[in-house]
Amino acid sequence: MEWSETAVRNELRSFLESSWDPNADLLDWRNKLIDAGWGMPSWPERWYGRNMPLSLQSVVADEFARVGAVSVARTGIRLLAAETLLAHGNDAQRERYLRKILTGEEIWCQLFSEPGSGSDLAGSTTRAELVGDNWVINGQKVWTTSAHHADFGLLLARHDWDVPKHQGLSYFILDFHQPGVDVHPLKQMNGHASFNQVFFNDAKVPRSDQVGEDGDGWQIAMTTLMHERRNAGNIFVETRRRGVFNGTIYEQEAEENKILLEPYTWYPQRAGRVDLVLPRARTTGAISDSAARQEIAKLLIMARCAEWTALRARAAQQQGQPQGPEGSLGKLAGSNIARQAAKVHTLMTGIDAMTSGEDSPESGIIAEILLSVPAISIAGGTDEIQRNIISERVLGMQKEPRTDTGPFKDVRKN
Amino acid sequence: MTAYAFTDEQLQLRESVRRYLNDHGTVLRTRELMDDPEGFDQPSFQGLFNELGVGGVHVPEEFGGAGLGYVELCIVLEEMGRSLFPSPYLSSSVLAANAVLLAGTLEQKADLLPPIASGGQVATVALYEESNLTDIGNVTQCVVDNSFTGVKSFVTDGHVADQIILVAKHAANPNGKPKFWLSRSDDPGITCTSMTSIDTTRRISRVSFENVKVEPLGDVEADFSVFDQFIDFALVALANEMVGGAQWLLESCVDYANNRVQFGRPISSMQAIKHKCADLLLEIELAKSGAYRAAQAIADDDPALPVYASIAKAAANDAYMLAAADAIQIHGGIGFTWDNDTHLWFKRAKSSQVLLGTSEIHRDQMLERVDLLEVG
Repeated sequence: MEWSETAVRNELRSFLESSWDPNADLLDWRNKLIDAGWGMPSWPERWYGRNMPLSLQSVVADEFARVGAVSVARTGIRLLAAETLLAHGNDAQRERYLRKILTGEEIWCQLFSEPGSGSDLAGSTTRAELVGDNWVINGQKVWTTSAHHADFGLLLARHDWDVPKHQGLSYFILDFHQPGVDVHPLKQMNGHASFNQVFFNDAKVPRSDQVGEDGDGWQIAMTTLMHERRNAGNIFVETRRRGVFNGTIYEQEAEENKILLEPYTWYPQRAGRVDLVLPRARTTGAISDSAARQEIAKLLIMARCAEWTALRARAAQQQGQPQGPEGSLGKLAGSNIARQAAKVHTLMTGIDAMTSGEDSPESGIIAEILLSVPAISIAGGTDEIQRNIISERVLGMQKEPRTDTGPFKDVRKN
Repeated sequence: MTAYAFTDEQLQLRESVRRYLNDHGTVLRTRELMDDPEGFDQPSFQGLFNELGVGGVHVPEEFGGAGLGYVELCIVLEEMGRSLFPSPYLSSSVLAANAVLLAGTLEQKADLLPPIASGGQVATVALYEESNLTDIGNVTQCVVDNSFTGVKSFVTDGHVADQIILVAKHAANPNGKPKFWLSRSDDPGITCTSMTSIDTTRRISRVSFENVKVEPLGDVEADFSVFDQFIDFALVALANEMVGGAQWLLESCVDYANNRVQFGRPISSMQAIKHKCADLLLEIELAKSGAYRAAQAIADDDPALPVYASIAKAAANDAYMLAAADAIQIHGGIGFTWDNDTHLWFKRAKSSQVLLGTSEIHRDQMLERVDLLEVG
């Protein structure tokens, strides 16, 4: 059917009026949302959705926010798993996994990066061997968020070493509840341990949990990563609710978030906390220092222009105009902004910038900024890889000659 | 522009301006004009008015203009900056037209705007004097009894202007904001001498006034002044012109790098080169966003304009100069030669960077006005 904004608003509003109850059980409510197609309305009707265009997503979010209704589970990488299964999984896999992704009953993680393959993701050396009806997995993954809570992982592993590297990869759903899987926390330079290392020692994946065919791994991983980039800002729950709402369902939701959002508490600091700059410039007096003013203004100009650039990209997309370069630049801009913000926070804070903990500036937030910003130009694709992508795909510049195009077994590795 | 995207009509306007300038604003012709005393091609300049119809883009139809908005004007300027089209367009159709639109009485608009919008006359604004070379608002010269004596410099296209709009204070109110006054270049007492600019595609003059009778533009007795607004409008126009030039430089870098072979491969396959280009693209797109947003703010009468105008100029300054310096570097030795075209844009970048305020000045200024950001 054709969707209009008014139609969506009317229908959703009457659904929420009749069904939303802030004292409902979280799981019951989410199942109700899923059955009604209001959990993920952009999904196909067969899979809990309403085939609604993505452009109306904000209308839906708006109606939820209006009454303070809780949404389906969206935190972490669960929606990347769901979108990947929608795109490449089979019906049995969708039947088995999608609903519990949305109810929040099952937690997912992404098993892509390895100690030996970071930027070069296709250089994965985690081994998948078919023995009888099971794939047997050996190797190591790293930078896995929430692995210690995970029920399932999206796994990229190599089944064929005799073909060029992108062709020898396959994609699997790995069950964490088995003896061959070991999870160890990975402590970062900022003191948090938001990620894990995951070791596989003859871990098993039944054939029915392979996504796609042998050799489809790279293509499917690209789908996952495309959704990761698209949702980069939505890792956090959408808290567009206006006002204070009371009810037991919020307590259940808060409990869930406490666990799932814990790895992300330092993410705002990683982006440089531009919001703190002007208030601190005023309290520290840096606003009257001519050298500091230059650096502060550089930062604010960069941040404003980046915000407008993102709005240009979105507006062009909404008007159906071909995507211009402005859509690919956000990540690189974010790195520059974060680094400049760290510089500004340092110069405004002076010698106190070496202190950390509760007694230090902004109760340790400044220290956390300074120690977290180095991650932003690495995570999710380094700045250098971004520049390669931008120069090749947007500017049409030539690729570097490669030395890794032969059979993967012959390619030099770490 | 509907907030952040250009409309189809605006995209068409850009297309037709680009097509016109591709034909009439070739680098070859520009190089010839660099040695010409007037410095621009009369027929091509007139064509902007007669053929292309962009003479008075943002001037209301009742005053002989096209009745479009400031966003459309900025599209024309961006394309002119891109092709480095030498003409008194910025002086006449932008600066002088803006002064009249902002300050003039209805009668003066009806009198002055039609010849500007039709290209029949060239006008410019005489703004700079010794006291305001760095702080543009610090105009100290005064008009006394409708008579002016003093020297104005960096008057763009003063050498071909028929009408010179003077910026000076009213002697009755020396602490007030500067006002606008009308004079004609053939008025007795006016002498115009050319200044030598590194950028010969935009001419500048020193205009000396000796007891010149000037006519007030609008109500010069009022406390209220449109001077700040005039400067903001000018900054936005210039910033849009500048991002066009920066974009041309980036395209020339990519083109050169894709064709230049060293060590057996095109240098565009080397990360040292391609990363530079990617960084340039980012800076230029950010600057474009600033310039476009500020143009829209003028169209919307947005109270945050003073902040946006400074953001636009500072971002355009930095992006254009970075593009100019990197373009020479990427071209290597050939990029430092006179025969290579890069230096023409480098010189325009430099002259534009210092016209109407360097980045340092605008960064400082945007912080002074930053409270307005809460509004925008």
